[in-house]
Amino acid sequence: MKNLSNASKVLSTLVFVSMLAALGFVFLYAPMEKEMGDTQRIFYFHVPAAISAFICFFLVFLGSVQYLRTRETRWDRLALCSAELGVMFGLIVLITGPLWAKPIWGVYWRWEPRLTSMLITFTIYVAYLMIRTHGTRSGQAPRLAAVLGIVAFANVPLVYYSVDLWAAEQQLHPPRNVGLAPEMRYTLWICYAAYALLLVQLLLRRLDLARIEEAVERLRQRRDELADY
Amino acid sequence: MEKLQYLFAAYAAIWIILFAYIMRLQSRTKELGEELKRLGDDLGGTTPPSTDA
Repeated sequence: MKNLSNASKVLSTLVFVSMLAALGFVFLYAPMEKEMGDTQRIFYFHVPAAISAFICFFLVFLGSVQYLRTRETRWDRLALCSAELGVMFGLIVLITGPLWAKPIWGVYWRWEPRLTSMLITFTIYVAYLMIRTHGTRSGQAPRLAAVLGIVAFANVPLVYYSVDLWAAEQQLHPPRNVGLAPEMRYTLWICYAAYALLLVQLLLRRLDLARIEEAVERLRQRRDELADY
Repeated sequence: MEKLQYLFAAYAAIWIILFAYIMRLQSRTKELGEELKRLGDDLGGTTPPSTDA
């Protein structure tokens, strides 16, 4: 138990240090982009947030498949916690995206393929969380949510490849794998690392919370059973 | 230079969302910890059931 607590402290420290390093690289090391100016620095936290959301949505998919296959609570727990984190990272993407778009495209929002597909994906995972929040006592909620968690994941490659799937004149986002200066590339990798550590830390904490929620629910049921008896 | 407000707003939004989420996790953990203790007392010091399924 003490080892776990120490590991958690080490991870928290790593998250803090890596986030500080990421901010240092973004604002002090990465060069200013010629066309977009300083606004382009939103990119370094916007893109890793999107990738983190996609990783969370993959974990929802994995947890959902495994839960339907085995009916083990731990997989359902993983899916639920990952969905919550995916929605949180998705919210960051959907807020920072328009704030980056306004000075560059002149508008906060345009119904172009990537923005639209990301908003649809986000909405589906919010629906997933609503099923879980309002259906916890029905017993069917985890199964229903697992089916949605599997179907919803079909949207993730659609968001990622949307810049290739639709015609170039419908796009505002640049193509994938756009060339970056080495300093920009290093900065982006530092930000990916910081977000990866943050994701692991938050997921572990959320899983702990889910275990406590389950323990409280079982004790409530036991108390109710004793009261009825 | 006038475009820096968008950069500031974006990073402010990121930190606000992250801190709000972490604070929510902390307060929920505290609430549930207290409820767990109360329920344990109500049930006469019963050990909380295992959650490892």
